[in-house]
Amino acid sequence: MDSSDPAPSGEPDDRPTVPGQRSDQGAYLRVTDLRVRFDTEDGVVRAVDGVSFAVERGRTLGIVGESGSGKSVTSLAILGLHDAKRTTITGEISVGGRQVVGLGDEEVRRLRGRDMAMIFQDPLSALHPYYTVGRQIAEAYRVHHPEVSRREARQRAVDMLDRVGIPQPVRRFDQYPHEFSGGMRQRAMIAMALVNDPALLIADEPTTALDVTVQAQILDLLADLQAEFHSAIILITHDLGVVGQVADEVLVMYGGRAVERGSVEQVLRSPQHPYTWGLLSSVPSLHGDADADLLPIRGNPPSLINLPSGCAFHPRCRYAERPGGRARTEVPELRPAGAAGEAGTNGHLVACHLTAEERTTLYAEDIASVGVAR
Amino acid sequence: MSDQPLLRVRGLTKHFPVRQGLRATGLVQAVDGLDFDVRPGETLGLVGESGCGKTTTGRMLVRLLEPTAGSIEFAGRDITHAGRRELRPLRQDLQIIFQDPYASLNPRHTVGRIVAMPLQVNGIKPPGGIKARVQELLELVGLNPEHYNRYPHEFSGGQRQRIGIARALALRPKLIVADEPVSALDVSIQAQVVNLLRDLQRDLGLAFVFIAHDLAVVRHFCQRVAVMYLGRIVEIGDRADIYERPQHPYTRALLSAIPDVTRLGPGGRIRLTGDVPTPLDPPSGCRFRTRCWKAQDICATQEPALVPRDGGNQATACHFPEAVGASPEAEGAPGGDAAGAIVEEVSP
Repeated sequence: MDSSDPAPSGEPDDRPTVPGQRSDQGAYLRVTDLRVRFDTEDGVVRAVDGVSFAVERGRTLGIVGESGSGKSVTSLAILGLHDAKRTTITGEISVGGRQVVGLGDEEVRRLRGRDMAMIFQDPLSALHPYYTVGRQIAEAYRVHHPEVSRREARQRAVDMLDRVGIPQPVRRFDQYPHEFSGGMRQRAMIAMALVNDPALLIADEPTTALDVTVQAQILDLLADLQAEFHSAIILITHDLGVVGQVADEVLVMYGGRAVERGSVEQVLRSPQHPYTWGLLSSVPSLHGDADADLLPIRGNPPSLINLPSGCAFHPRCRYAERPGGRARTEVPELRPAGAAGEAGTNGHLVACHLTAEERTTLYAEDIASVGVAR
Repeated sequence: MSDQPLLRVRGLTKHFPVRQGLRATGLVQAVDGLDFDVRPGETLGLVGESGCGKTTTGRMLVRLLEPTAGSIEFAGRDITHAGRRELRPLRQDLQIIFQDPYASLNPRHTVGRIVAMPLQVNGIKPPGGIKARVQELLELVGLNPEHYNRYPHEFSGGQRQRIGIARALALRPKLIVADEPVSALDVSIQAQVVNLLRDLQRDLGLAFVFIAHDLAVVRHFCQRVAVMYLGRIVEIGDRADIYERPQHPYTRALLSAIPDVTRLGPGGRIRLTGDVPTPLDPPSGCRFRTRCWKAQDICATQEPALVPRDGGNQATACHFPEAVGASPEAEGAPGGDAAGAIVEEVSP
């Protein structure tokens, strides 16, 4: 996603193009108009409602949102880990040029673990308590490399444990998950995810359960491993600080839709969507005025069964009245963030009814009222 | 603000025995010799990573756990080993807010009943009746008083935490121990609850012991901050001292590890190696020495005492503290004044 072409007029491929979307030719993962629905007793949950993005190898996309924003469901759909009986997926997910939507279980399983892997928030639920850590890593390798011997698989697992910074990997191989500390378990899970050298790694809140000093170690480790293995990484998190530290691009999700997308500098330095402003101003900072009140987003995240009409954020938006009734009736499209005809937004997209001029003025006021210089 | 402390903690210690079968095989030294005061109306933040003993400390303060050693004085009375009956009048002044707004509310009770419970248990009959007082409390924490008859499951996480706060306020306490009150909430909701707690603290003159792992949240709420590591306080001081002039290497590492939205990209971080050692067998001398880049021989043999460095409010337990006035960014800045040189202050 590094070539920037704000107005692709005639893209060669026939996928639905979002105006202003950058050319994603080199992307390893390309998600186009993804929609995920669950049928539940209470009604249909539209967990993901038309989301598009792409990630190249060697780049990191941060997906940000609160609980229920659809960020985790997006990753489960990519990996084919959803409950097929209750879930309807439409749109396109292309992993290394292969369509994943509609593939059979067996085919997805072959991709999963080899071409794409996942790191979860809670390593205890991803590691089986009954088997040694090393055995689980070796098995993950043997599944996709049936030709290797047990001894070779064991050596590969020991090497991976060593690579992710676990001291005494030979001894640790034979230990059980409960004998590992939280940070060590997270490292072991990363070793298991990377044992087949996947081109795509999805990390869902990988450091949320960890202490900050351990979080810093794990984020450093992921960056080092990415440089070495050249993987595409999707980092799902609610923590904008983590995103600012490791992501190249950022996708902000709300109510199952993308509300803003752009480079990390664009989204964190000149955010365009009032929801992004709210996220930034409600996070306490280590800098700025400690006595100033935080500026929370009013209300609560929406129910995905009964999403507010029009812009899903309008009941919580302080500027919802400005575009007139449109905020309530019309779902805003994801469009280039700059003023009409203005060049230089370089693929910064926002789904908001406010005009570019209004957003510039309002954001300046918004920052001033928090008293935080960003 | 009176200078007489509301809460006075000296040498507070909690060791949990580890048993295998019937034999005690070890001691988890969860909290080991804490000293601190909280004055009326003051907010003290207790910060540290998991396993540092902050939650155990909070539970001892409200006597949900029995201290192994040390003393807790509340409003001039020793409550360290007070029994149920002696504690009952104190419970009114000393309340706790829990982390998990799902586990701390009885799902079978209405909100009205939950908030009224402390009043009924203590036999308090408010002038306008219990229902009026409960509705007043619900309004105070920003909930609709009409929702008196609803059950906890009808509320969101942030609203449930408000119910927990209303319950804690029911008896008009003087001190509230808040154990990670916002860490289970979404970021936009966190800010709502932090603002609410700040307003209540100011309007009602409440003292708080605010337990949290998030240093940014603590900075927005607390006047004083104590940093804990493996059961001990390694540094304590006013907010500005801790955040702008940290003297303990651990405080500096902790602050530098926090990803901050105002700074993009990695860099500028102090990388601590390894994990926190087990409290079953903490390192000798300074407990932080196994991860400290400044550690010398003396750190393994002599435990640094928590002493004020410059006669001020900031006390640091370190043999090699940072220079006073050195900014955390200026890594290894040479200390300009005497206090910045290697100070040998050793506990007897």
